[in-house]
Amino acid sequence: MILSIASGKGGTGKTTVAVNMALSLKDVQLLDCDVEEPNVHLLLHPNISEEKTVYVPTPQVNEELCDHCGKCGEFCQSNAIFVSSEKVLVFPELCNSCGGCVIVCPRTAISEEQHRIGTLKCGSAGDLEVVYGELDVGEPMAVPVINEVKRQIKSGKTVILDSPPGTSCPAIETVKGSDFCVLVTEPTPFGLHDLDITVQVLEDMEIPFGVVVNRAGIGDKKVYEYCEEKNIPILLEIPHQRKIAELYSKGISFSLEMPEWKPKFQTLFDEARKLAGK
Amino acid sequence: MKQLTILSGKGGTGKTTITASFAVLAKNTAVADCDVDAPDLHMLLHPEVVRTQEFKGAKLAVIDEEKCTDCGLCREKCRFDAITEDIKIDSISCEGCGVCVVVCPVNAITLIERISGHAYISKTEHGFMAHAMLSPGEASSGKLVTLVRQNARILAEKEHSDLVIIDGPPGIGCPVIASVTGIDAGLVVTEPTMSGIHDLERALQLLRHFNVTPFVCVNVYDINEENTEKIVSFCKENDIEVVGKIPFNAKVTEAMVNGKPIVEYAPESDVAKEIEKMWKRVLSALKHGGA
Repeated sequence: MILSIASGKGGTGKTTVAVNMALSLKDVQLLDCDVEEPNVHLLLHPNISEEKTVYVPTPQVNEELCDHCGKCGEFCQSNAIFVSSEKVLVFPELCNSCGGCVIVCPRTAISEEQHRIGTLKCGSAGDLEVVYGELDVGEPMAVPVINEVKRQIKSGKTVILDSPPGTSCPAIETVKGSDFCVLVTEPTPFGLHDLDITVQVLEDMEIPFGVVVNRAGIGDKKVYEYCEEKNIPILLEIPHQRKIAELYSKGISFSLEMPEWKPKFQTLFDEARKLAGK
Repeated sequence: MKQLTILSGKGGTGKTTITASFAVLAKNTAVADCDVDAPDLHMLLHPEVVRTQEFKGAKLAVIDEEKCTDCGLCREKCRFDAITEDIKIDSISCEGCGVCVVVCPVNAITLIERISGHAYISKTEHGFMAHAMLSPGEASSGKLVTLVRQNARILAEKEHSDLVIIDGPPGIGCPVIASVTGIDAGLVVTEPTMSGIHDLERALQLLRHFNVTPFVCVNVYDINEENTEKIVSFCKENDIEVVGKIPFNAKVTEAMVNGKPIVEYAPESDVAKEIEKMWKRVLSALKHGGA
């Protein structure tokens, strides 16, 4: 069962839900797919047993073979290759590593070199298996690092994916292939607006989902009305409590200090599994 | 013209709350909402759209099924797993790179343009606003951010304003990079949590990478004053100015529910006063050097 935790708006509590749920279950793999700003490890302090650099292939032009025909530059939709009459300029940070320039070059002047974009870290915190990625600062493309994190998924295990915020490629790449998605929102106009956008994406992707309302008690009732109207199950409410916020600020998962929450997260998982038909 | 981006690394730290207030305080300036996949600024500034542009981002591969022989070469060469086993294009995964087009032996595949979102030029009570909406699930958010920023600059020039205020997306990837390249100053909004601190450091590294003057604001600083102290001394050590410490106040959410920037909704509140102080400081640094 692969369960992803997502939200359109940032800072709604995805990581809090992912970590507390993982801590309440057994035999779990927790993968932090927010490689731009990974936070799971700050709460769990895993022992890292394996570290791997993530590379993407980018073109390298052999000027001796190149006759500056310009076919690669014409082909490249990302404008990552610019061909002048004397020189070929490659912009690796624009390249999406499709490999097309290598294919279209009539003189086999282009090969691929490895361009470093981030790091993959695997480890454990107690019984919990933790994997996360870190995009190098200044590198724009998070998706290849996310894919590397997702390659660590072990089939047959319960897998929890902590998604980056938003609804563009990094979030899509994370939730793709999930059996169920938990959408964390807060009961505010921003929370609702961004929830609605995410719901559209998940409906398009045909991934079943439910909602967790975090900071319940603030804002207004519109998130609840929206969910009722759209028949979206609200799986859990986490109240707006100073104690929970303070524990989070110290990097402590609140279910450790407030064990009465563990069964609630177990129920959340059971509900999700039922709704996923697993 | 000066450009200021409000960013954060971590989401939900208060970027939009601060940007909206700055837009009110700046009077007749151009603001740009560069969080194009989950924009929220319009809910506080209520823009009236003057012009809508179609945004064409990545192209999409289309297979002519009459020509296709199901040879599978496209599927083999596609690095984005965008071609299914039965040789159909998965439009969510397709990056529009065109590899399938060049490898297809029977020329059955073409690239078509697709509308990946819309960009808007709008009027607000406080000036002009450039914003956009990326169609849910689309890629190319960086390109759309660049378009929004271009629009904002044009608006500012027309209005003889010398400042653009940019609300950035969370993270440090493609759309954030597109929101900070070539700007004069970046205001990083953080919160005194372990995640906030970690993400602040990465956001500051990003600004350094692009040679942008950083400022820091600690939001809800009184949630954990010990961590706030850590942030302040970290910034001091690195010669980064902390321009404001905003206290927790339920009025902020109240203002949001009422669809108003906090400096308008509760101008006498401690939060509004602190944002005003921050604004004056950032503006003076932008005008008189220091950024």
